[in-house]
Amino acid sequence: MITGVPVQYFLILATLMFFAGIYGFLTRRNLITMLMAVELILNSVNINFMAFNRFLYPHKMEGMFFSLFVIAVAASEAAVAIAIIINIYRRFATINVENVNEMKF
Amino acid sequence: MVNFGYTIWILLLPFLMFLLLGLAGHKLKPKLSGLLGTTGLGIITFLSYLAAYQYFFTSEKVDGAFQKITAFNGVWLKLTENLHIDLGILLDPISVMMLIVVTTVSFMVHIYSLGYMKGEKGFERFFAFLSLFSFSMLGLVVATNIFQMYIFWELVGVSSYLLIGFYYTKPSAVRASKKAFIVTRFADMGFLIGILILSFNTKTFDFVTLTSLTGPAITYTGGVAFMGLSVMTWSMILVYMGGVGKSAMFPFHIWLPDAMEGPTPVSALIHAATMVVAGVYLVARMFPIYAFAAPEALEVVAYVGAFSSLLAAIIACTQTDIKRVLAYSTMSQIGYMMMALGVSGYGGHNGLGFMASMFHLFTHAMFKALLFLGAGAIIHAVHSNHMTEMGGLRKYLPITHITFLIACLTIAGIPPLSGFFSKDEILTAALHHNKLLFAVEYAVAGITAFYMFRLYFSVFWGSDRHYHHTPHEAPATMTVPLIILAIGSVFSGLIPFNELVTSDSMGFEAHLEMAVAIPSVLIGLLGIGLAFIMYKKETAIPDRLATTFKYSYRWAYNKFYVDEVYLFVTKNIIFRYISAPIAWFDRHIVDGTMNGIAFVTQLASFRIRRFQSGQLQKYGFVFITGAIMLAILFIYLWK
Repeated sequence: MITGVPVQYFLILATLMFFAGIYGFLTRRNLITMLMAVELILNSVNINFMAFNRFLYPHKMEGMFFSLFVIAVAASEAAVAIAIIINIYRRFATINVENVNEMKF
Repeated sequence: MVNFGYTIWILLLPFLMFLLLGLAGHKLKPKLSGLLGTTGLGIITFLSYLAAYQYFFTSEKVDGAFQKITAFNGVWLKLTENLHIDLGILLDPISVMMLIVVTTVSFMVHIYSLGYMKGEKGFERFFAFLSLFSFSMLGLVVATNIFQMYIFWELVGVSSYLLIGFYYTKPSAVRASKKAFIVTRFADMGFLIGILILSFNTKTFDFVTLTSLTGPAITYTGGVAFMGLSVMTWSMILVYMGGVGKSAMFPFHIWLPDAMEGPTPVSALIHAATMVVAGVYLVARMFPIYAFAAPEALEVVAYVGAFSSLLAAIIACTQTDIKRVLAYSTMSQIGYMMMALGVSGYGGHNGLGFMASMFHLFTHAMFKALLFLGAGAIIHAVHSNHMTEMGGLRKYLPITHITFLIACLTIAGIPPLSGFFSKDEILTAALHHNKLLFAVEYAVAGITAFYMFRLYFSVFWGSDRHYHHTPHEAPATMTVPLIILAIGSVFSGLIPFNELVTSDSMGFEAHLEMAVAIPSVLIGLLGIGLAFIMYKKETAIPDRLATTFKYSYRWAYNKFYVDEVYLFVTKNIIFRYISAPIAWFDRHIVDGTMNGIAFVTQLASFRIRRFQSGQLQKYGFVFITGAIMLAILFIYLWK
């Protein structure tokens, strides 16, 4: 861990990443880009876990384990999401999310 | 002590047979399913005879009385410590006798149906229903408590409904089955209320407890008298109402003649020999309560029975449908049994009426089943129910002719056939009790002989009609039961009922009373003679009589317009002034409320469904906005 960097820096970075992810998720029309935005959100959370673990409980490792789990889940989620996107592409010949709107009233 | 545990199979076997034939019947060959049903019934007939033999001849008597044996008992619903509904088997003289009656007639009808129903659509369905009926009837007979009896009582009602409506493509059969079910169901409502009052006051359903002379029913003195009759009397009258419905007594007799729409073997089994005597059996089962705690109810039994027998006998003289004549004759004979119970006392020679009633039940089952099966053979031969289309059949149907003649002589009470003995005992019992009832029944004996021989002469004598093909004798499967039942009709009068089936289960001395026997034979012969003169050859006498007594003839021919009265009361009064307003309320108020709720829901959902646009990012936006709002709320505003 980098010594001398205060915790606020990590939190500011995580917040920026988080809202960048939210912004990307809400504004991008490409499903792949949306998936990438989701990854940004997850990783910002990981940074938070690591930072708090380091600064609040330096002798424990729960935060690290948690971020490991998040990474694992994110990986499998990406696999599933890409499979779904491929199927959507086959069905609609597009991955623009605005055209994938059949499930409605 | 004899072990009667095997009697459980008398109940289980027909039920299993019903399940087998009902569920897998369509996969079997019709002939096989018929044979299966018949074999099953043969086995339980054997078991019943075995049980009867062991019960009457090898089981121990206490103080010369047959004991009530509970062969099997399973507690089913335990309401309180004393009040529980069981399913079990109770053996006592009347139930064992009924086992014999039911299984014998049912077995004969099964064999007969193999021939009669051959080639009919739904052959295996027919046998499945017959098994269901046998099961229900046997369950009714051996019931250990009044509630079990009620359950099986309804079951026989259902199987009767199913069998009357066997030809369900025929509108008249459907109408008749509905009528039978609704009328008896209506009467059963009284039965149920009676059971509830009775068990509420005595805290038990159990027959052995109820009918014990020191039991809660007979020693019961509490309760408030209503219209001058005690609680016990009212409950017994209500219970009797169920019996009136099932046994087709006035005023609930209207379903029985219509029930003749069913196949003839069914009429023989259900509507002549077994189910319709359930009402008699019910009164006999509860007899000690009637005799000691509710004598007024017993009077009701006697008068209803006598009136019904007279009414039915008069109607029977004018009917032309062969099965309807027999139906009214059944009603009349059951009236006899009811009347005999009504005039009976309890114990020893006082219980003569009870014994006579059971005796007549037994002999009647034999000869009436024989008459119906004979009628079935006739219908089989000429393809018609109408006496006007029959005549001179004795040449073509020799076996049917002889057996039918035996049955007619039996019902007319000619010695030494069985009907003579049982009818004689009934008349004797009536004479000792009530002269009016005796006079009525005496007259009915004559009328009975007249209408039975009117039937006999116009079917078997007289000139030939135009038959589509020459009538031919029925196959052996149909004639053998006729012969067996004829033997039963002839000899069952020799069974010493006064030793076996009596009100207090103890034998007593009974002998023929010549003062009754001779006049009753004479009036029987008179009836036969009249029928001989009028119907042996086609004469103008019947028509002349009909025109002379135009109005009374028309009344009797139209069954005294009882059906029309019912129709008027239901259609013009109940339907119009009670059912129609209720239907209006149901349709507009109850349904209206429900429809209103549905309408509002639909309106609301129509408005809000636009939110579900299918746009993923719109959802995401709403979700995240909501999450942020909640975060702000919890962090800054929630203090």
